[in-house]
Amino acid sequence: MTEVLAARARQVARAGTGGVDLDCDRQSTSGSVSQRACTFCGSRVVLYPIADAIHLVHGPIGCAVYTWDIRGALSSGPELHRLSFSTDLRERHVVFGGERQLEESLDELIARHSPRAAFVYATCIVGVIGDDVDAVCRAVSERTGIPVIPVRSEGFQGSKRKGYDAACEALMSLVGTGDTAGIPRHSVNLLGDFNLAGEIWIIQEYLRRMGVTVVANLTGDGRVDDIRRAHGAGLNLVQCSGSTTRLAQQLRQAYGTPFQKVSYFGLDDMAAALYGIAEHFKDPEMLDRTRALVAEEIATVLPVIDECRADLEGKRAAIYVGGAFKAISLVKALRLLGVRTALVGSQTGTAEDYRYLAELCDPGTVIVDDSNPAELSQFMATEDVDLFIGGVKERPMAYKMGVAFCDHNHERKVPLEGFVGMANFAREVRASVCSPVWQFTPRRARAGRSGTTAHTGRAAAGAAIEVMC
Amino acid sequence: MALADTARVAAPTPVRSVSTTNACRMCMPLGASLALAGFEGTVPFLHGSQGCATYIRRYLISHFREPMDIASSSIAESSTVFGGESALVDGIANVARVYRPAMIGVATTCLTETIGEDVGGALARIDGCRPEPADPAADGSVSPTGAAPALVHVSTPAYAGTHVDGYQAAVAATVGALAEPGAPTEQVVVLPGLVSPADLRHLREVVDGFGLSHLLVPDISDRLDAGVAEEYQRLPPGGTPLAEAAAACRARAAVTLGGLVSPGTALAGELLEDRFGVAHHRLALPIGIRLTDALVETLEGLGGTAPHWLDAERGRLVDAYVDGHKYLAERTAVLFGDEDLVLGLAVWLAEIGVTPAACVTGGRSGRLAAELVRLAPELDGRVTVVDDGDFAEVEELVRALSPDLLVGHSRGYPLSRALDVPLVRVGLPIHDRVGAARTRHLGYRGTQELFDRVTNALIERRQDESAVGYAYM
Ligand code: SF4
Repeated sequence: MTEVLAARARQVARAGTGGVDLDCDRQSTSGSVSQRACTFCGSRVVLYPIADAIHLVHGPIGCAVYTWDIRGALSSGPELHRLSFSTDLRERHVVFGGERQLEESLDELIARHSPRAAFVYATCIVGVIGDDVDAVCRAVSERTGIPVIPVRSEGFQGSKRKGYDAACEALMSLVGTGDTAGIPRHSVNLLGDFNLAGEIWIIQEYLRRMGVTVVANLTGDGRVDDIRRAHGAGLNLVQCSGSTTRLAQQLRQAYGTPFQKVSYFGLDDMAAALYGIAEHFKDPEMLDRTRALVAEEIATVLPVIDECRADLEGKRAAIYVGGAFKAISLVKALRLLGVRTALVGSQTGTAEDYRYLAELCDPGTVIVDDSNPAELSQFMATEDVDLFIGGVKERPMAYKMGVAFCDHNHERKVPLEGFVGMANFAREVRASVCSPVWQFTPRRARAGRSGTTAHTGRAAAGAAIEVMC
Repeated sequence: MALADTARVAAPTPVRSVSTTNACRMCMPLGASLALAGFEGTVPFLHGSQGCATYIRRYLISHFREPMDIASSSIAESSTVFGGESALVDGIANVARVYRPAMIGVATTCLTETIGEDVGGALARIDGCRPEPADPAADGSVSPTGAAPALVHVSTPAYAGTHVDGYQAAVAATVGALAEPGAPTEQVVVLPGLVSPADLRHLREVVDGFGLSHLLVPDISDRLDAGVAEEYQRLPPGGTPLAEAAAACRARAAVTLGGLVSPGTALAGELLEDRFGVAHHRLALPIGIRLTDALVETLEGLGGTAPHWLDAERGRLVDAYVDGHKYLAERTAVLFGDEDLVLGLAVWLAEIGVTPAACVTGGRSGRLAAELVRLAPELDGRVTVVDDGDFAEVEELVRALSPDLLVGHSRGYPLSRALDVPLVRVGLPIHDRVGAARTRHLGYRGTQELFDRVTNALIERRQDESAVGYAYM
């Protein structure tokens, strides 16, 4: 039996038990130890990879320190994004206001680093102490001649999604300010790919082989000047739908650019994304090139995947990641490896995402929104999983339970997108699941002693979810 | 923004900036969470936006590689207008329900301090209207009586201090809140500061060795460096028992290790002395022969006798110093991190012949330079001390001084790589290596380990740089 706080009862369900209708995108329940962060975090993750801009966190120091170079969002050129800039507000600013501190900080940093733009993130207290961030940004922008863009990311505004929206708004203010001359018809913008471990370069290479030009990356390996001319692209590709669908919608509204939701994780979804692009441009030759590309890439990685599947067949996984769209791809990717998903959840999914997940997953699969260590650890035990796919915060919990782990979040060092990414993923999963160390963890040791598989607790799977009152 | 101590400048004073680039400190609630995690059965709780708790968890989890649950009141926009008390009340009730903790330690954040939340008042109101104790047989929680969790409150506005201030403030607040005066005890209360689990275990062993009854307050060693258990433990066992922490006010003595804090932050040791008359001793972190000798003297002064093995360890350490000294001669290092650790390390490096040419900390005690010269007079005029500094300043100093070594936490790695200066990792955070919790810094034994690491880093550099490829060094 797994206990769930009453206030969270409508954020947990099982697939195959009737209509799954999760009540999501709400403020985290007080005291529930949510795994997700705040509005600021949402904005910061989306804008962070823009490498030739200054990202100035306006607030006390913590928010800037904890987001200093924490993601492997790689740049092929400048690396300003990897520095952590803060106005480092002090007591006197809280009393007398931080506008001057902000203005002087901007002047100083722009002079020192000559960025192409500056983003100013408002943290929790900025609104409360009454700083007019917009006015400061306007003044500095006029003086320095570069865009200085306020991001309304006060932490308490809502969930992480709210921060995505603030980031999209900031990006919208840049798009449309550049010259679109010379952009070919077969061109795209890459939305929602943050170039972790160099992933966007893999996708760009596929597109190049298909004959598609990339105008702007939003935002992995992003550049301010590219973003300014992003409205000239023929199509927007939206990966990680949670963070940038809104931007795609706004771009369609403002510039008429159509968009496609894509996922670059797993063979099926990767291939579908490329075919979708070729079909969109209605170019038969491009479609031929795409077919050849997909066939070639799959042929290269299939042996690795088959080899890993032989070792992984029959294992059970839990997935808890930031975005639901990624969770969907992961369920499919695991299936290809013979691994069944017993628990799947995300920090920022929508009701629609969860409905789709419920259809996709095997009956009985637990589906959660904005979960926490208490729930996740109980489910890991009752569902008797062998593998957890998540981020750093979930890793030690999985390890303490004798469960293998694959980092599918911002800190990954190995590219998991693209066809080659699927092979990497298979290897990453196998590297943990098949390690000999698990035999010594008490839970696995017990299973080993009784001469059964680790799944002896399987009877418990499907156990009741109890609401605590 | 930082204030250089210009009194004893050996290198050019770094440029003062308005903004901070790559800060050399963390925020107060992080330190408070860590301190609170060192009490038995306690859940740290941050009253503020969800992000503060999540970021701090991530940061600490990456260091300790252990689960670290920190609850949040997750306050929403409306709370900034109408107050966050209801979020606090709901949050505490939910934590009590899910974790059944013995204590919930509530630390404030920037936001709740700025909107002026009366957390103390709110907690008193919760305490006043609590139901009768639940069924004692409810489950095997650490609160065997089934009593409602103790609630303590510490004020930690990030803009008012550093993570070290947050840590010390939380220890003082907890000791003060739990205090139950009564008959004096024979205990020596050791207030260890922000040191590693391995350090805490060693400290326990040392004080035990003196035959002194003692208590570490707080003690994260078991809670943040635990084995793998059969069942997942929401509340990891270990930590300073609350009943014993309550008796700290009756101890015969309190020993604070480190304790450099911003003006205005009170230490638990001072509180014990001022409010309860407990004799308070303040020592630098015991790193190296001189500073560990000072701890030994203090413990002897409290009636203990140094164990033989400690003498033997001291002897072996001196022997190691002698064996290694030529590798160290005329070497210089740049140090960064928490004031207490930087102070201990700098005094130690000086005694083995390495000049700590620059010491940069995010701290603001304003006392580091004076303490350095007091404890290692030979450093007078030979070290640049930067208080309230950031890594832009560290970089400037490293460029100016071309040291042989960086000694500090893993945030110095980008600099170490860019300027090709080896980094010896100490303190918190260590996010790019395993074993942070097992890194020992204190006592003769901890010094021995540091000594080997520092000396070997220098030897390795020399070996790598040699064209000959010596297999003996
Ligand atoms: S600096 Fe303030 S708002 Fe930022 S994480 Fe720390 S407590 Fe939270």
